[in-house]
Amino acid sequence: MSESPEATLPKDESVLVAEAKAGNYAAFDELVNRYEKKIYRLGLHITGNQEDAEDVLQEAFLKAFQHLPDFREDSRFYTWIVRIAVNEGLMKLRKRRSSKEVALDDPEDDEGEVMPREFADWNPNPEQQLARAELESILMKAVAGLPPTFRTVFYLRDVEGLSTEETAEMLNLSVGAVKARLFRARLRLREDLSRIFKRG
Amino acid sequence: MNCRKAINEISNYLDGDLDAELRETIQVHLDKCHHCHAVFDTTRKTIELYCDGKLFELPTDVRLRLHEALRRKLCSTPR
Ligand SMILES: [Zn+2]
Repeated sequence: MSESPEATLPKDESVLVAEAKAGNYAAFDELVNRYEKKIYRLGLHITGNQEDAEDVLQEAFLKAFQHLPDFREDSRFYTWIVRIAVNEGLMKLRKRRSSKEVALDDPEDDEGEVMPREFADWNPNPEQQLARAELESILMKAVAGLPPTFRTVFYLRDVEGLSTEETAEMLNLSVGAVKARLFRARLRLREDLSRIFKRG
Repeated sequence: MNCRKAINEISNYLDGDLDAELRETIQVHLDKCHHCHAVFDTTRKTIELYCDGKLFELPTDVRLRLHEALRRKLCSTPR
């Protein structure tokens, strides 16, 4: 390769953050380019629809830019933007539900045992047998049926790959509460998807 | 170990979040109980589907509107 390392190596996140803090818009734009896909996906999973996901995406990055001076550089920018986006997403849901004054966790969802009803194996590779849009719509519909904190815990733990402790800290939940919600979220999603994907 | 107990630990089992003894007990149950094995297997498959990076792409128009909104707002903000 004949190009200089500066042209080929992606800049270190901390360098970009320092430059963005100094008012360099191009550096901030580079950070946006790195994480926009993931933040959009996060918005989709928490709000359950594309329109709100787009709002979450825009508001999260706008807020991040406004609050950059407060960003502590000993933490990761990505974790920070995820936290902002999670808050934006949950706020959207609260607004949507404010007329009803419904809490983000429906209490009845925390009680009772979760016992599976579907015990069938699935057809192999359902993802290869459906058009992408159809599969996305099935997955979104199942997520939208979960209470908001269940969706958020599922997304942060299973899709984003955060640890139980990080998820607990981000959502102000105990470690036990995160585990309980993750268990319920996984089994409920599995149950919904089983109705569609079961071998039969 | 019965099915109810096995299912209640299925999430921790998936995460490797169990002590060796309980893990072993569940493994033995899953090996002989087709129902629980199917639940375990399809739960793992559920997670895999949601993690598929080819799904939920950022649409081009959404991306363009994001960058447009940022440019408008940020370039007009004195810092
Ligand atoms: Zn069993």
